[in-house]
Amino acid sequence: MGRHLPTLHERREPLAAAAVQLQRLHALALPRELDACLAEAGHQPLLATKVEVLQLNVGKRCNQTCRHCHVDAGPDRTEVMPHDVLVRCLELLDHSVIPTVDITGGAPELHPEFRWLVEEVHRRGRHVIDRCNLTILETGPYHDLPGFFAEHEVEVVCSLPHYRATNTDAQRGDGVFATSLRALRRLNEVGYGIGDPKRRLVVVSNPVGAFLPPNQRSLEAEWKRELRRLHGIEFDALYCITNMPISRYLEWLESTGNLSAYMDRLVAAFNPSAVGGVMCRTTLSVGWDGTLYDCDFNQMLEMPIIGPRHTIHEVDLDALAHRTIAVDRHCFGCTAGAGSSCGGSTT
Amino acid sequence: MDKHEHYYHRADLGRFGEIGNTAGPLAEKFFAWYGAVFADGALSAREKSIIALAVAHAVQCPYCIDAYSKDALEKGSDLDQMTEAVHVAAAIRGGASLVHGIQMRNTVNKIGM
Repeated sequence: MGRHLPTLHERREPLAAAAVQLQRLHALALPRELDACLAEAGHQPLLATKVEVLQLNVGKRCNQTCRHCHVDAGPDRTEVMPHDVLVRCLELLDHSVIPTVDITGGAPELHPEFRWLVEEVHRRGRHVIDRCNLTILETGPYHDLPGFFAEHEVEVVCSLPHYRATNTDAQRGDGVFATSLRALRRLNEVGYGIGDPKRRLVVVSNPVGAFLPPNQRSLEAEWKRELRRLHGIEFDALYCITNMPISRYLEWLESTGNLSAYMDRLVAAFNPSAVGGVMCRTTLSVGWDGTLYDCDFNQMLEMPIIGPRHTIHEVDLDALAHRTIAVDRHCFGCTAGAGSSCGGSTT
Repeated sequence: MDKHEHYYHRADLGRFGEIGNTAGPLAEKFFAWYGAVFADGALSAREKSIIALAVAHAVQCPYCIDAYSKDALEKGSDLDQMTEAVHVAAAIRGGASLVHGIQMRNTVNKIGM
C-alpha cells in the first residue's frame, strides 16, 4: 500500500526531539499567550477534575506514516510498552473505578500483548476504546480483529479524514482510503456502526492541511448519508479533531510556510467555552515506558504530569484527580473553534 | 507613488469591520445578518459555505474567494467538491451569456429577410 514516508526519527531530523519542537513553537510571535487566554476563560491554572479515562499509548510502531502524525509513528519505531507496565496499569484499574481504557499508539494492535490487554480490561468490566487506523485490519495477522473487537465490546475509534478518497490518500498514503473502506465494511458485518452501544464505531476526521476542522455536529448527518450513499458504510458518530502543531505536522507546517499563519489561526479562534471540556482534565495518559502525562500530545512533547510522582509505578490517583495540567503553546490546538479532544469537539 | 499599488490588498479583508466606522448602525445590521445567514439551518453550514464559494467566483471577488476557499475546507468540503462548485458558477455565467443568444436571434429574425 502506497507511499512510505520515513519518520522524523528515521531521518534523524532535529525536529524529532521534543525540545526542538517546543523551541520552534516558542520562537513564534503570537498575538496572545495561552496563560492570558486561560485566565480569560476562568481556567488559570488549568485543573483536572477527575480521572475518567486511562489512556495507554502502548507504542510508536505503526504500519502507516501519516503526514500529520503527532507521535512520529511508523514501521521503524521500536518503542513498545513492556509487560510490567501493562500489569501495573491493570493493577491501577483494580484499585480504582476508572471506567474507560483508551488504547492508542502507533497502531496499538501491533503491540504483541494487545489482545491480552483488551481481554484483561474487558474482564474487569471496563470500557475499552481502540484507536484504529483501519488499514491494520486488512493486514494478515490482524484480519480477524473485527470479530475480536465485537466479542470484547471494544469501541472502535478509527481515522478517516473524509468520506471521499482524495483527502484521505493525501494525508495517510496512497490506497489508504480503499483499504479503510474494506475494513469499515467488515466492522459493519460484525455489527459495528448500526447503533449497538456494545459495537460502537466512531469515525475521526482530521483536517488535511493548515486549517481548523469542521463542526462535527453540523457534518455528522451528511457524513452518514454520504458514506452510506457512496460506499454502503454505516457508523455511529463523527469526531472532528484539530491537528496539533507538533511532530510531523509541525514539520509539514514549517516546510510549507504555514506555521505562523496556522498558530495565528488557532490563537484567533481561542474559544473560552471550549476549555472546560478539554480531555486532559479527565484523562491520565500513560507512555510506553510508564511515564504519566496529562494527554497524548504532552506525552509526545515529553511534558510529564506536574509533581514528583509521575510514573505508573508510583501513581497516586487522589493526588492526580485535581492536579494542575501542564500546558504550552500547542494547547491552542485543543481550545480553538469548537474545541478538540480525543472525543472530538468539546463544546 | 501611493502605497496602494494595486486595487486589491489581502490585508484589507481583515479590515472589513472598518466599514462600520461610518454609518455604524448599518454595518452592525449587515454583520449580524451576515453571521446569521451562514449558520446551520435548512442548509448545513458546509452547503452554505460552498454556495458562497461559487458566488464568490461568479462575482469575481478576490476577498471572497480567499475567505471562502479556506472556509469551505474548514466546513468539511474537499477540493473536488469545491472545484465542482466553481464549475456550477461558471456554467451559470456561461449559460447566462449564451441564453441571450436567443434574444439575438429574435432581433435578427425580426429585421432579417
